[in-house]
Amino acid sequence: MSTIDLAETTLRELNRTLQSASTGSFRVTNPRGAHAVAAGLNSDIEVEIDGPVGYYCAGMHQVGSVTVRGNASTGLAENIMSGTVRITGNATMSAGATGHGGLVVVEGNAGARCGISMKGVDIVVGGNVGHMTGFMAQAGNLVVLGDAAADLGDSIYEANIFVRGAIESLGSDCIEKEMTDDNFAVLERLLTASGLTARTDEFRRFGSARQLYNFAVDDIDAELANNGKASV
Amino acid sequence: MSDQNQPQPETGPSAAAQVIEPWNLRESYTYDRRAIAEIRRAANTGIYRIRGWGAKRELPTLDDLVFLGASMSRYPLEGYREACGTDITIGEDRAENPVKLDIPITIAGMSFGSLSANAKEALGRGASEMGTSTTTGDGGMTPEERGHSSKLVYQYLPSRYGMNPDDLRKADAIEVVVGQGAKPGGGGMLMGQKITERVAQMRTLPEGIDQRSACRHPDWTGPDDLEIKIIELREIVGHRVPIYIKVGAARPYYDTALSVKAGADAVVVDGMQGGTAATQDVFIEHVGIPTIAAIPEAVRALQDLGVHRQVKLIAAGGIRSGADVAKAIALGADAVSIGTAALIAIGDNDPQYESEYNKLGTKAGFWEDFQAGNDPAGITTQDPALASRLDPIIGGRRLANYLKVLSVEAQTLARACGKSHITNLEPEDLAALTVEAAAMAKVPLAGTGWIPGATD
Ligand SMILES: Cc1cc2nc3c(=O)[nH]c(=O)nc-3n(C[C@H](O)[C@H](O)[C@H](O)COP(=O)(O)O)c2cc1C
Repeated sequence: MSTIDLAETTLRELNRTLQSASTGSFRVTNPRGAHAVAAGLNSDIEVEIDGPVGYYCAGMHQVGSVTVRGNASTGLAENIMSGTVRITGNATMSAGATGHGGLVVVEGNAGARCGISMKGVDIVVGGNVGHMTGFMAQAGNLVVLGDAAADLGDSIYEANIFVRGAIESLGSDCIEKEMTDDNFAVLERLLTASGLTARTDEFRRFGSARQLYNFAVDDIDAELANNGKASV
Repeated sequence: MSDQNQPQPETGPSAAAQVIEPWNLRESYTYDRRAIAEIRRAANTGIYRIRGWGAKRELPTLDDLVFLGASMSRYPLEGYREACGTDITIGEDRAENPVKLDIPITIAGMSFGSLSANAKEALGRGASEMGTSTTTGDGGMTPEERGHSSKLVYQYLPSRYGMNPDDLRKADAIEVVVGQGAKPGGGGMLMGQKITERVAQMRTLPEGIDQRSACRHPDWTGPDDLEIKIIELREIVGHRVPIYIKVGAARPYYDTALSVKAGADAVVVDGMQGGTAATQDVFIEHVGIPTIAAIPEAVRALQDLGVHRQVKLIAAGGIRSGADVAKAIALGADAVSIGTAALIAIGDNDPQYESEYNKLGTKAGFWEDFQAGNDPAGITTQDPALASRLDPIIGGRRLANYLKVLSVEAQTLARACGKSHITNLEPEDLAALTVEAAAMAKVPLAGTGWIPGATD
């Protein structure tokens, strides 16, 4: 394992090293809240970051694994494509935002808009999630072991949100849905992958009522022309 | 055009006023036939009007400015002999590979989805032939457009549809879209008719839905965050390519200043005339300020920060002619970007499809339903039969010709003002024809030294 000390190395040098490595394990020390740490990784390497990171840690992550031992600020693993990003602490806003694939595990709590506009990523949060989690979530699975704050899943598309704890309120067009066998299987797989323990039968599932998918368009004139009368 | 003396109804912006009515009929100015038609339409459908194109109302434009030309006190350059440069470079301070354009006219962001693959190809071919760039749009990058564009700007939009780090690394520049002139404060729209299987897949959406994209970015909320976002983007692409920020013309002084602060290599300011693939009519016509008013304010911000002509300004919204290009640059822009005019050049609103426009209840030259997916010219559609009407090679040639004309017209005006490079044009070369234009463009009303609102 090679160690890179961010107290001694610039962010550019760190990311250049990680982005150009093809294999191996790296330990990053003294991150001290630096932004864009380990962003844009695209090879099968393992990165461990000892301490808190700033915005966009592991942004657009593609391959390999990144583990943060500490907290992360806004946009952890935003637009992740595949691979794994794990954080032992809490993540602030927009964790896993717009992710297309891969797995994001937040062992602590996640702040507002976790999984916003997610497009296929799987996200598992050990603690609670903030308001507007899963806003406009398009695809993928979001698992919350704790509670969810207001407006969960607002304007959600085809993503699934699984919550074990209490829900403050659901956002527009988000409804509770039945847990199918497939859902239980997915949940089981994600819990196992995350290393967090919970019973699958404790979760409820939320998804789209699909009422916002198309504009409601009236056409009184056509009704009259076709039927000679219009419904009231 | 058989008889030029006959009234020609419906050929200009005040078409309704030109229609000759019997003397006893009086049309209301307030409730004119357009207002009545819209009230009736709303009452029938219960939904706001959604359409393409840009603002259609009468606005102050660059036509309200004229060049003074050279005379006793300065001498012109020979039109056919003396050099007048048109090239610009974007991002030389911070990007390993700056964008070098041969002409100061770029093709604006228009997505595959809103446009057919053939239309995107035609834009790529025409722009590449003239040494300028095209731009992706709200829907990701297709291999076809990457293949046909020698310089491709990759848009980074609130929706992040199709956003992919591999594509990001293939881009020649990245454009962070904060807003668009047709709808500052609004997100994208694509109606169900155009969400075909391929489009749906690229955007991870269910087929056939009426897509309403996000209007805010999901992972930053203000200019301080955006500054960090730009650091991230630069890290991901290894600081190789320039980063632009595109804003709709709302508060151009502050929006430009904050874009500079956030670390942009270029700021794209898109005026309210700017085109769109699909937006609420109420948004198109009533939000934002005209291009002529936006450019000088953006320039003032760049000058106040001491970065004018270093951080580049790309002006857009209603650019149609070489005169528009030259005037935008004289006001202080470094380049312009065109959307609607490029579509017209490749065949949008082509009179050869007149009978088909009539079937859709409209006419060539008036058609604006880019959202509907049934474009007779095969440009703003995903219908394979309609799309096949546009030959991308011929479309590309037409666009190249058009860009050539814009560029040579702009050079003609620059030479007439004695400039050996088009970006040497300056506000001093201009006069305004209306008080409004003088106040907005901050150049004197023609024949006077008066700039309304100027403090000294
Ligand atoms: C069909 C069409 C699609 C567009 N799609 C986008 C888009 O995806 N993203 C964007 O930032 N602007 C989009 N625009 C706006 C253009 O990028 C540009 O700002 C505008 O067209 C400039 O004004 P003009 O049409 O008067 O030249 C679109 C415009 C049109 C006409």
